[in-house]
Amino acid sequence: MKMLTRRLLMAVTATLVFGGSASAQEKSILVASTTSTQDSGLFGHILPMFKARTGIDVKVVAQGTGQALDTARRGDADVVFVHARAAEEKFLAGGFGVKRYPVMYNDFILVGPKGDPAGIKGSKDITAALVAIKAKGADFISRGDKSGTHQAELNLWKLAGIDIARDKGPWYKEIGQGMGAALNTASAANAYVLADRGTWLSFKNRGELMIAVEGDKRLFNQYGVMLVNPEKHPSVKKDFGQQFIDWLVSEGQRAIADYKVNGEQLFYPNAGDSGA
Amino acid sequence: MPDDVSALHLVLSGDAALFAIVRLSLYVSLSAVLLAAMIGIPFGAFLALTRFPGRQGVIVGLNALMGLPPVVVGLAVYLALSRSGPLGSFGLLFTPRAMIIAQTILVAPIIAALARQTIEDLWIEYRDELTAMNIGPLGRVATLVWDARFSLVTALLAGFGRAAAEVGAIIIVGGNIEGFTRTMTTAIALETSKGDLPLAVGLGMVLIAIVIAVNALAWTARRAGERWAG
Repeated sequence: MKMLTRRLLMAVTATLVFGGSASAQEKSILVASTTSTQDSGLFGHILPMFKARTGIDVKVVAQGTGQALDTARRGDADVVFVHARAAEEKFLAGGFGVKRYPVMYNDFILVGPKGDPAGIKGSKDITAALVAIKAKGADFISRGDKSGTHQAELNLWKLAGIDIARDKGPWYKEIGQGMGAALNTASAANAYVLADRGTWLSFKNRGELMIAVEGDKRLFNQYGVMLVNPEKHPSVKKDFGQQFIDWLVSEGQRAIADYKVNGEQLFYPNAGDSGA
Repeated sequence: MPDDVSALHLVLSGDAALFAIVRLSLYVSLSAVLLAAMIGIPFGAFLALTRFPGRQGVIVGLNALMGLPPVVVGLAVYLALSRSGPLGSFGLLFTPRAMIIAQTILVAPIIAALARQTIEDLWIEYRDELTAMNIGPLGRVATLVWDARFSLVTALLAGFGRAAAEVGAIIIVGGNIEGFTRTMTTAIALETSKGDLPLAVGLGMVLIAIVIAVNALAWTARRAGERWAG
Protein backbone atom coordinates (compact mmCIF):
# COMPACT_ATOMS: atom_id res chain seq x y z
CA MET A 1 0.00 0.00 0.00
CA LYS A 2 2.80 2.40 0.96
CA MET A 3 4.71 1.38 -2.14
CA LEU A 4 1.69 2.03 -4.30
CA THR A 5 1.09 5.44 -2.75
CA ARG A 6 4.71 6.40 -3.26
CA ARG A 7 4.61 5.33 -6.89
CA LEU A 8 1.41 7.25 -7.51
CA LEU A 9 2.91 10.32 -5.88
CA MET A 10 5.99 10.05 -8.07
CA ALA A 11 3.92 9.55 -11.19
CA VAL A 12 1.78 12.61 -10.49
CA THR A 13 4.76 14.79 -9.59
CA ALA A 14 6.64 13.64 -12.66
CA THR A 15 3.73 14.43 -14.97
CA LEU A 16 3.25 17.81 -13.36
CA VAL A 17 6.91 18.76 -13.60
CA PHE A 18 8.08 17.12 -16.80
CA GLY A 19 4.86 16.58 -18.76
CA GLY A 20 5.34 19.92 -20.52
CA SER A 21 8.53 19.03 -22.35
CA ALA A 22 6.87 16.11 -24.10
CA SER A 23 3.91 18.18 -25.32
CA ALA A 24 6.22 20.96 -26.54
CA GLN A 25 7.93 18.58 -28.94
CA GLU A 26 4.74 17.17 -30.37
CA LYS A 27 3.47 18.97 -33.47
CA SER A 28 0.34 20.76 -32.39
CA ILE A 29 -1.30 24.17 -32.51
CA LEU A 30 -4.08 25.72 -30.53
CA VAL A 31 -6.90 27.34 -32.48
CA ALA A 32 -9.37 29.66 -30.75
CA SER A 33 -12.60 29.35 -32.68
CA THR A 34 -16.32 29.71 -32.36
CA THR A 35 -18.98 27.43 -31.00
CA SER A 36 -20.64 27.36 -34.43
CA THR A 37 -17.67 25.71 -36.17
CA GLN A 38 -17.39 23.08 -33.44
CA ASP A 39 -21.09 22.44 -32.72
CA SER A 40 -21.80 22.05 -36.43
CA GLY A 41 -19.23 19.24 -36.62
CA LEU A 42 -17.06 20.97 -39.25
CA PHE A 43 -13.81 20.59 -37.33
CA GLY A 44 -14.48 16.91 -36.72
CA HIS A 45 -14.66 16.56 -40.51
CA ILE A 46 -11.68 18.65 -41.70
CA LEU A 47 -9.07 18.36 -38.92
CA PRO A 48 -8.30 14.65 -39.43
CA MET A 49 -7.57 15.44 -43.11
CA PHE A 50 -5.17 18.23 -42.13
CA LYS A 51 -3.46 15.96 -39.63
CA ALA A 52 -3.08 13.17 -42.17
CA ARG A 53 -1.49 15.65 -44.56
CA THR A 54 0.89 17.46 -42.18
CA GLY A 55 1.07 15.48 -38.95
CA ILE A 56 0.01 18.59 -37.03
CA ASP A 57 -2.53 18.11 -34.28
CA VAL A 58 -5.04 20.98 -34.11
CA LYS A 59 -6.48 21.62 -30.66
CA VAL A 60 -9.64 23.67 -30.84
CA VAL A 61 -10.97 25.80 -28.00
CA ALA A 62 -14.51 26.70 -29.04
CA GLN A 63 -15.69 30.03 -27.64
CA GLY A 64 -17.81 32.92 -28.84
CA THR A 65 -16.01 35.19 -31.33
CA GLY A 66 -15.48 37.89 -28.68
CA GLN A 67 -13.92 35.47 -26.23
CA ALA A 68 -11.89 33.70 -28.92
CA LEU A 69 -10.35 37.02 -29.99
CA ASP A 70 -9.61 37.81 -26.35
CA THR A 71 -7.93 34.42 -25.86
CA ALA A 72 -5.76 35.17 -28.90
CA ARG A 73 -5.07 38.72 -27.72
CA ARG A 74 -3.67 37.29 -24.47
CA GLY A 75 -1.39 35.01 -26.47
CA ASP A 76 -3.15 31.82 -25.43
CA ALA A 77 -3.81 30.62 -29.00
CA ASP A 78 -1.72 30.32 -32.17
CA VAL A 79 -4.52 30.84 -34.68
CA VAL A 80 -7.94 32.46 -34.40
CA PHE A 81 -10.81 31.36 -36.66
CA VAL A 82 -13.95 33.44 -36.16
CA HIS A 83 -16.82 35.25 -37.87
CA ALA A 84 -17.18 38.96 -37.09
CA ARG A 85 -15.30 40.98 -39.64
CA ALA A 86 -15.43 44.32 -37.82
CA ALA A 87 -14.06 42.75 -34.62
CA GLU A 88 -11.40 40.87 -36.62
CA GLU A 89 -10.23 44.08 -38.27
CA LYS A 90 -10.01 45.78 -34.90
CA PHE A 91 -7.91 42.83 -33.69
CA LEU A 92 -5.58 43.30 -36.69
CA ALA A 93 -5.41 47.05 -36.21
CA GLY A 94 -4.29 46.48 -32.63
CA GLY A 95 -1.33 44.51 -33.97
CA PHE A 96 -2.53 41.22 -32.43
CA GLY A 97 -2.92 39.38 -35.71
CA VAL A 98 -0.68 39.09 -38.77
CA LYS A 99 -3.15 38.96 -41.65
CA ARG A 100 -6.80 38.06 -42.12
CA TYR A 101 -7.75 35.45 -44.72
CA PRO A 102 -11.38 34.91 -45.75
CA VAL A 103 -12.15 31.17 -45.56
CA MET A 104 -15.83 30.39 -46.03
CA TYR A 105 -19.34 31.63 -45.40
CA ASN A 106 -22.72 30.36 -44.45
CA ASP A 107 -25.76 32.34 -43.46
CA PHE A 108 -27.80 33.24 -40.46
CA ILE A 109 -31.43 32.25 -40.21
CA LEU A 110 -34.18 33.48 -37.95
CA VAL A 111 -35.65 30.49 -36.18
CA GLY A 112 -39.03 30.61 -34.47
CA PRO A 113 -41.94 28.56 -33.12
CA LYS A 114 -44.37 26.83 -35.51
CA GLY A 115 -47.19 28.97 -34.06
CA ASP A 116 -45.39 32.05 -35.50
CA PRO A 117 -46.81 34.72 -33.11
CA ALA A 118 -45.11 37.54 -35.07
CA GLY A 119 -46.56 36.35 -38.39
CA ILE A 120 -43.24 36.43 -40.26
CA LYS A 121 -42.94 32.86 -41.52
CA GLY A 122 -41.60 32.61 -45.06
CA SER A 123 -40.45 36.24 -45.18
CA LYS A 124 -37.17 37.13 -46.86
CA ASP A 125 -36.94 40.53 -45.17
CA ILE A 126 -35.07 40.21 -41.88
CA THR A 127 -35.50 43.82 -40.77
CA ALA A 128 -39.28 43.78 -41.35
CA ALA A 129 -39.40 40.53 -39.36
CA LEU A 130 -37.53 42.10 -36.44
CA VAL A 131 -39.86 45.11 -36.50
CA ALA A 132 -42.85 42.72 -36.36
CA ILE A 133 -41.33 40.76 -33.45
CA LYS A 134 -40.83 43.95 -31.47
CA ALA A 135 -44.32 45.28 -32.34
CA LYS A 136 -45.98 42.04 -31.21
CA GLY A 137 -43.64 41.65 -28.23
CA ALA A 138 -42.98 38.07 -29.31
CA ASP A 139 -40.35 36.28 -27.19
CA PHE A 140 -36.85 36.62 -28.62
CA ILE A 141 -33.68 34.94 -27.31
CA SER A 142 -30.45 36.86 -27.73
CA ARG A 143 -27.03 35.24 -27.32
CA GLY A 144 -25.88 38.27 -25.34
CA ASP A 145 -22.29 36.97 -25.28
CA LYS A 146 -20.44 39.23 -27.77
CA SER A 147 -20.13 36.28 -30.14
CA GLY A 148 -20.14 36.75 -33.91
CA THR A 149 -23.80 35.79 -34.03
CA HIS A 150 -24.63 38.24 -31.24
CA GLN A 151 -22.80 41.04 -33.04
CA ALA A 152 -24.64 40.18 -36.26
CA GLU A 153 -27.96 40.26 -34.37
CA LEU A 154 -27.22 43.68 -32.86
CA ASN A 155 -26.31 44.96 -36.30
CA LEU A 156 -29.61 43.69 -37.74
CA TRP A 157 -31.64 45.49 -35.05
CA LYS A 158 -29.76 48.65 -35.98
CA LEU A 159 -30.55 48.10 -39.68
CA ALA A 160 -34.21 47.68 -38.69
CA GLY A 161 -34.08 51.11 -37.09
CA ILE A 162 -34.50 49.76 -33.57
CA ASP A 163 -32.25 50.80 -30.68
CA ILE A 164 -32.48 47.45 -28.94
CA ALA A 165 -30.51 48.55 -25.87
CA ARG A 166 -33.19 51.20 -25.24
CA ASP A 167 -36.30 49.51 -26.67
CA LYS A 168 -35.95 45.99 -25.33
CA GLY A 169 -38.78 44.77 -23.18
CA PRO A 170 -39.42 41.62 -21.16
CA TRP A 171 -39.86 39.77 -24.48
CA TYR A 172 -36.14 40.21 -25.26
CA LYS A 173 -34.05 37.78 -23.23
CA GLU A 174 -30.24 37.87 -23.23
CA ILE A 175 -28.92 34.52 -22.05
CA GLY A 176 -25.16 35.09 -22.36
CA GLN A 177 -24.46 31.60 -23.70
CA GLY A 178 -23.43 29.72 -26.83
CA MET A 179 -25.47 28.98 -29.95
CA GLY A 180 -26.61 25.54 -28.81
CA ALA A 181 -27.73 26.84 -25.44
CA ALA A 182 -29.65 29.67 -27.14
CA LEU A 183 -31.43 27.15 -29.40
CA ASN A 184 -32.23 24.95 -26.40
CA THR A 185 -33.70 27.98 -24.61
CA ALA A 186 -35.71 29.06 -27.66
CA SER A 187 -36.96 25.49 -28.07
CA ALA A 188 -38.13 25.36 -24.47
CA ALA A 189 -39.65 28.87 -24.48
CA ASN A 190 -41.07 28.80 -28.04
CA ALA A 191 -39.18 31.98 -28.84
CA TYR A 192 -37.47 33.46 -31.90
CA VAL A 193 -33.67 33.31 -32.12
CA LEU A 194 -31.04 34.23 -34.69
CA ALA A 195 -28.87 31.20 -35.46
CA ASP A 196 -26.14 30.23 -37.89
CA ARG A 197 -27.37 27.64 -40.34
CA GLY A 198 -24.60 25.16 -39.55
CA THR A 199 -25.47 24.84 -35.88
CA TRP A 200 -29.20 24.72 -36.71
CA LEU A 201 -28.75 21.87 -39.20
CA SER A 202 -26.86 19.71 -36.75
CA PHE A 203 -29.00 20.73 -33.74
CA LYS A 204 -31.05 17.85 -32.44
CA ASN A 205 -33.42 19.29 -29.83
CA ARG A 206 -35.61 21.42 -32.14
CA GLY A 207 -39.00 20.81 -30.53
CA GLU A 208 -41.51 23.22 -32.16
CA LEU A 209 -38.83 25.36 -33.81
CA MET A 210 -38.59 25.93 -37.55
CA ILE A 211 -36.93 28.41 -39.90
CA ALA A 212 -38.99 31.62 -40.06
CA VAL A 213 -36.78 33.92 -42.15
CA GLU A 214 -33.93 33.02 -44.52
CA GLY A 215 -32.40 34.13 -47.78
CA ASP A 216 -31.93 37.84 -46.99
CA LYS A 217 -28.55 39.07 -48.24
CA ARG A 218 -28.02 40.82 -44.92
CA LEU A 219 -27.92 37.42 -43.21
CA PHE A 220 -24.58 36.58 -44.82
CA ASN A 221 -22.02 35.15 -42.34
CA GLN A 222 -18.33 35.31 -43.30
CA TYR A 223 -15.58 33.38 -41.49
CA GLY A 224 -11.98 34.55 -41.41
CA VAL A 225 -8.74 33.11 -40.05
CA MET A 226 -5.67 34.89 -38.65
CA LEU A 227 -2.29 33.93 -37.23
CA VAL A 228 -1.69 35.50 -33.82
CA ASN A 229 1.19 37.97 -34.09
CA PRO A 230 4.40 36.20 -32.99
CA GLU A 231 6.01 39.59 -32.44
CA LYS A 232 3.52 40.27 -29.64
CA HIS A 233 3.60 36.72 -28.31
CA PRO A 234 6.82 34.80 -29.04
CA SER A 235 5.16 31.58 -27.82
CA VAL A 236 3.00 31.49 -30.97
CA LYS A 237 3.85 28.49 -33.16
CA LYS A 238 3.97 30.54 -36.32
CA ASP A 239 5.16 27.85 -38.76
CA PHE A 240 2.56 25.25 -37.82
CA GLY A 241 -0.10 27.94 -37.53
CA GLN A 242 0.65 29.35 -40.97
CA GLN A 243 0.65 25.82 -42.40
CA PHE A 244 -2.89 25.37 -41.07
CA ILE A 245 -4.02 28.69 -42.56
CA ASP A 246 -2.39 27.88 -45.93
CA TRP A 247 -4.15 24.52 -45.98
CA LEU A 248 -7.53 26.06 -45.07
CA VAL A 249 -7.40 28.49 -47.99
CA SER A 250 -6.15 25.92 -50.52
CA GLU A 251 -6.75 22.17 -50.24
CA GLY A 252 -9.00 22.63 -47.21
CA GLN A 253 -11.53 24.56 -49.30
CA ARG A 254 -12.60 21.31 -50.91
CA ALA A 255 -12.90 19.59 -47.55
CA ILE A 256 -15.11 22.42 -46.28
CA ALA A 257 -17.40 22.18 -49.34
CA ASP A 258 -17.67 18.42 -48.89
CA TYR A 259 -18.98 18.63 -45.35
CA LYS A 260 -22.68 17.85 -45.28
CA VAL A 261 -25.24 17.15 -42.59
CA ASN A 262 -28.30 15.21 -43.77
CA GLY A 263 -27.25 15.90 -47.36
CA GLU A 264 -27.10 19.68 -46.85
CA GLN A 265 -23.89 21.62 -47.33
CA LEU A 266 -23.15 23.74 -44.24
CA PHE A 267 -20.32 26.04 -45.30
CA TYR A 268 -19.33 27.55 -48.65
CA PRO A 269 -15.59 28.06 -49.22
CA ASN A 270 -14.65 31.48 -50.59
CA ALA A 271 -10.95 32.00 -49.88
CA GLY A 272 -10.53 33.30 -53.44
CA ASP A 273 -12.85 36.25 -52.76
CA SER A 274 -10.40 38.84 -51.49
CA GLY A 275 -13.18 41.28 -50.60
CA ALA A 276 -14.92 38.84 -48.22
CA MET B 1 -34.47 8.93 -33.89
CA PRO B 2 -31.65 6.88 -35.45
CA ASP B 3 -29.22 9.50 -34.13
CA ASP B 4 -30.45 8.98 -30.59
CA VAL B 5 -30.02 5.26 -30.88
CA SER B 6 -26.46 5.57 -32.15
CA ALA B 7 -25.66 8.07 -29.39
CA LEU B 8 -26.84 5.68 -26.70
CA HIS B 9 -25.09 2.86 -28.46
CA LEU B 10 -21.86 4.85 -28.33
CA VAL B 11 -22.16 5.15 -24.55
CA LEU B 12 -23.09 1.53 -24.00
CA SER B 13 -20.53 0.00 -26.32
CA GLY B 14 -17.76 1.96 -24.59
CA ASP B 15 -15.85 3.15 -27.63
CA ALA B 16 -12.25 4.39 -27.57
CA ALA B 17 -13.09 8.11 -27.47
CA LEU B 18 -15.39 7.62 -24.51
CA PHE B 19 -12.77 5.52 -22.77
CA ALA B 20 -10.19 8.29 -23.25
CA ILE B 21 -12.60 10.84 -21.78
CA VAL B 22 -13.27 8.64 -18.76
CA ARG B 23 -9.55 8.05 -18.27
CA LEU B 24 -8.77 11.77 -18.42
CA SER B 25 -11.57 12.56 -15.96
CA LEU B 26 -10.20 10.04 -13.48
CA TYR B 27 -6.60 11.14 -14.05
CA VAL B 28 -7.39 14.82 -13.44
CA SER B 29 -9.67 14.35 -10.45
CA LEU B 30 -7.59 11.66 -8.71
CA SER B 31 -4.37 13.66 -9.22
CA ALA B 32 -6.10 16.72 -7.77
CA VAL B 33 -7.29 14.72 -4.75
CA LEU B 34 -3.80 13.31 -4.19
CA LEU B 35 -2.14 16.74 -4.37
CA ALA B 36 -4.89 18.28 -2.25
CA ALA B 37 -4.38 15.53 0.37
CA MET B 38 -0.66 16.27 0.47
CA ILE B 39 -1.49 19.89 1.25
CA GLY B 40 -4.76 19.51 3.16
CA ILE B 41 -4.00 16.74 5.65
CA PRO B 42 -0.80 18.29 7.08
CA PHE B 43 -2.47 21.69 7.18
CA GLY B 44 -5.59 20.27 8.86
CA ALA B 45 -3.42 18.43 11.41
CA PHE B 46 -1.44 21.58 12.12
CA LEU B 47 -4.66 23.51 12.74
CA ALA B 48 -6.01 20.75 14.95
CA LEU B 49 -2.98 20.57 17.22
CA THR B 50 -1.81 24.15 17.55
CA ARG B 51 -3.30 27.12 19.30
CA PHE B 52 -2.49 30.61 18.10
CA PRO B 53 -4.27 33.97 17.97
CA GLY B 54 -6.66 34.13 15.04
CA ARG B 55 -7.00 30.34 14.84
CA GLN B 56 -10.80 30.49 15.03
CA GLY B 57 -10.79 32.92 12.14
CA VAL B 58 -8.59 30.58 10.07
CA ILE B 59 -10.96 27.68 10.76
CA VAL B 60 -14.02 29.70 9.76
CA GLY B 61 -12.17 30.85 6.64
CA LEU B 62 -11.13 27.31 5.77
CA ASN B 63 -14.67 26.01 6.23
CA ALA B 64 -15.96 28.81 4.02
CA LEU B 65 -13.43 27.92 1.31
CA MET B 66 -15.17 24.53 0.99
CA GLY B 67 -17.81 26.50 -0.89
CA LEU B 68 -15.40 28.16 -3.35
CA PRO B 69 -17.29 28.65 -6.63
CA PRO B 70 -15.53 26.55 -9.31
CA VAL B 71 -16.08 29.20 -11.96
CA VAL B 72 -14.26 31.81 -9.85
CA VAL B 73 -11.34 29.44 -9.22
CA GLY B 74 -11.30 28.66 -12.94
CA LEU B 75 -11.15 32.33 -13.83
CA ALA B 76 -8.36 33.04 -11.31
CA VAL B 77 -6.29 30.09 -12.54
CA TYR B 78 -6.99 31.13 -16.15
CA LEU B 79 -5.68 34.64 -15.53
CA ALA B 80 -2.63 33.30 -13.68
CA LEU B 81 -1.71 30.70 -16.33
CA SER B 82 -2.53 32.81 -19.40
CA ARG B 83 0.47 33.81 -21.54
CA SER B 84 -0.23 37.36 -20.40
CA GLY B 85 -0.46 36.28 -16.74
CA PRO B 86 2.26 35.84 -14.10
CA LEU B 87 2.75 32.11 -14.79
CA GLY B 88 2.25 32.36 -18.55
CA SER B 89 5.76 31.28 -19.50
CA PHE B 90 5.05 27.71 -18.33
CA GLY B 91 2.50 27.31 -21.13
CA LEU B 92 0.10 25.43 -18.87
CA LEU B 93 -3.21 26.95 -19.99
CA PHE B 94 -5.51 24.60 -21.92
CA THR B 95 -3.67 21.48 -20.67
CA PRO B 96 -4.72 18.72 -18.25
CA ARG B 97 -2.21 20.10 -15.77
CA ALA B 98 -4.07 23.40 -15.61
CA MET B 99 -7.20 21.40 -14.79
CA ILE B 100 -5.39 19.53 -12.01
CA ILE B 101 -4.19 22.82 -10.52
CA ALA B 102 -7.70 24.30 -10.54
CA GLN B 103 -9.26 21.20 -8.99
CA THR B 104 -6.50 20.97 -6.37
CA ILE B 105 -7.42 24.49 -5.25
CA LEU B 106 -11.08 23.46 -5.05
CA VAL B 107 -10.45 20.21 -3.19
CA ALA B 108 -7.65 21.17 -0.75
CA PRO B 109 -9.90 23.25 1.55
CA ILE B 110 -12.43 20.40 1.78
CA ILE B 111 -9.79 17.86 2.76
CA ALA B 112 -8.07 20.31 5.13
CA ALA B 113 -11.31 21.29 6.88
CA LEU B 114 -12.54 17.70 7.29
CA ALA B 115 -9.09 16.49 8.35
CA ARG B 116 -8.90 19.30 10.92
CA GLN B 117 -12.21 18.23 12.44
CA THR B 118 -11.37 14.51 12.45
CA ILE B 119 -7.89 14.95 13.91
CA GLU B 120 -9.04 17.46 16.51
CA ASP B 121 -11.72 15.04 17.76
CA LEU B 122 -9.10 12.33 18.01
CA TRP B 123 -6.65 14.69 19.71
CA ILE B 124 -9.15 15.43 22.48
CA GLU B 125 -9.41 11.68 23.02
CA TYR B 126 -5.64 10.96 22.95
CA ARG B 127 -4.33 14.18 24.42
CA ASP B 128 -3.40 12.94 27.92
CA GLU B 129 -1.90 9.73 26.62
CA LEU B 130 0.28 11.43 24.00
CA THR B 131 1.34 14.14 26.45
CA ALA B 132 2.23 11.54 29.08
CA MET B 133 4.28 9.57 26.56
CA ASN B 134 6.23 12.74 25.86
CA ILE B 135 5.84 12.53 22.07
CA GLY B 136 6.97 15.57 20.06
CA PRO B 137 4.70 17.57 17.76
CA LEU B 138 5.66 15.71 14.57
CA GLY B 139 5.19 12.37 16.27
CA ARG B 140 1.78 13.49 17.48
CA VAL B 141 0.71 14.47 13.99
CA ALA B 142 1.97 11.16 12.58
CA THR B 143 0.21 9.13 15.28
CA LEU B 144 -3.07 11.00 14.91
CA VAL B 145 -3.09 10.94 11.10
CA TRP B 146 -2.30 7.23 11.17
CA ASP B 147 -5.08 6.55 13.67
CA ALA B 148 -7.53 8.70 11.76
CA ARG B 149 -6.63 7.16 8.38
CA PHE B 150 -9.92 5.35 7.91
CA SER B 151 -11.97 8.45 8.70
CA LEU B 152 -9.73 10.50 6.43
CA VAL B 153 -10.78 8.30 3.52
CA THR B 154 -14.19 9.95 3.80
CA ALA B 155 -12.53 13.36 3.52
CA LEU B 156 -10.71 12.20 0.38
CA LEU B 157 -13.97 10.89 -1.09
CA ALA B 158 -15.71 14.19 -0.37
CA GLY B 159 -12.87 15.89 -2.23
CA PHE B 160 -13.10 13.44 -5.11
CA GLY B 161 -16.85 13.99 -5.34
CA ARG B 162 -16.30 17.71 -5.63
CA ALA B 163 -13.61 17.27 -8.30
CA ALA B 164 -15.44 14.70 -10.40
CA ALA B 165 -18.67 16.72 -10.39
CA GLU B 166 -17.41 20.19 -11.26
CA VAL B 167 -17.38 21.65 -14.74
CA GLY B 168 -17.06 25.38 -14.12
CA ALA B 169 -13.32 25.48 -13.43
CA ILE B 170 -11.98 22.89 -15.85
CA ILE B 171 -13.96 24.10 -18.85
CA ILE B 172 -12.33 27.54 -18.45
CA VAL B 173 -8.73 26.42 -17.84
CA GLY B 174 -8.86 23.28 -20.00
CA GLY B 175 -10.83 24.66 -22.93
CA ASN B 176 -12.74 21.40 -23.51
CA ILE B 177 -10.38 20.39 -26.36
CA GLU B 178 -11.42 17.15 -28.01
CA GLY B 179 -9.06 14.28 -27.28
CA PHE B 180 -6.92 16.44 -24.97
CA THR B 181 -8.82 18.25 -22.21
CA ARG B 182 -12.36 16.95 -22.68
CA THR B 183 -13.66 15.25 -19.53
CA MET B 184 -16.98 13.69 -18.64
CA THR B 185 -18.47 16.91 -17.28
CA THR B 186 -17.28 19.15 -20.11
CA ALA B 187 -18.46 16.57 -22.68
CA ILE B 188 -21.90 16.61 -21.03
CA ALA B 189 -21.97 20.42 -21.21
CA LEU B 190 -20.99 20.27 -24.89
CA GLU B 191 -23.54 17.64 -25.90
CA THR B 192 -26.25 19.57 -24.07
CA SER B 193 -25.34 22.70 -26.02
CA LYS B 194 -25.52 20.70 -29.26
CA GLY B 195 -29.03 19.66 -28.32
CA ASP B 196 -28.00 16.00 -28.18
CA LEU B 197 -29.79 15.40 -24.90
CA PRO B 198 -29.87 11.57 -25.08
CA LEU B 199 -26.07 11.42 -25.42
CA ALA B 200 -25.68 14.00 -22.61
CA VAL B 201 -27.91 11.93 -20.33
CA GLY B 202 -26.03 8.75 -21.29
CA LEU B 203 -22.70 10.36 -20.43
CA GLY B 204 -24.20 11.61 -17.17
CA MET B 205 -25.19 8.08 -16.22
CA VAL B 206 -21.69 6.83 -17.01
CA LEU B 207 -20.23 9.58 -14.78
CA ILE B 208 -22.52 8.66 -11.90
CA ALA B 209 -21.59 4.99 -12.31
CA ILE B 210 -17.88 5.89 -12.17
CA VAL B 211 -18.33 7.96 -9.00
CA ILE B 212 -20.21 5.07 -7.39
CA ALA B 213 -17.47 2.64 -8.47
CA VAL B 214 -14.71 4.80 -6.99
CA ASN B 215 -16.64 5.11 -3.73
CA ALA B 216 -17.30 1.36 -3.61
CA LEU B 217 -13.60 0.70 -4.17
CA ALA B 218 -12.59 3.10 -1.41
CA TRP B 219 -15.15 1.54 0.92
CA THR B 220 -13.89 -1.97 0.20
CA ALA B 221 -10.30 -0.85 0.72
CA ARG B 222 -11.26 0.78 3.98
CA ARG B 223 -13.08 -2.33 5.24
CA ALA B 224 -10.19 -4.57 4.25
CA GLY B 225 -7.75 -2.19 5.92
CA GLU B 226 -9.77 -2.08 9.12
CA ARG B 227 -9.95 -5.85 9.28
CA TRP B 228 -6.23 -6.13 8.61
CA ALA B 229 -5.44 -3.50 11.26
CA GLY B 230 -7.72 -5.34 13.68
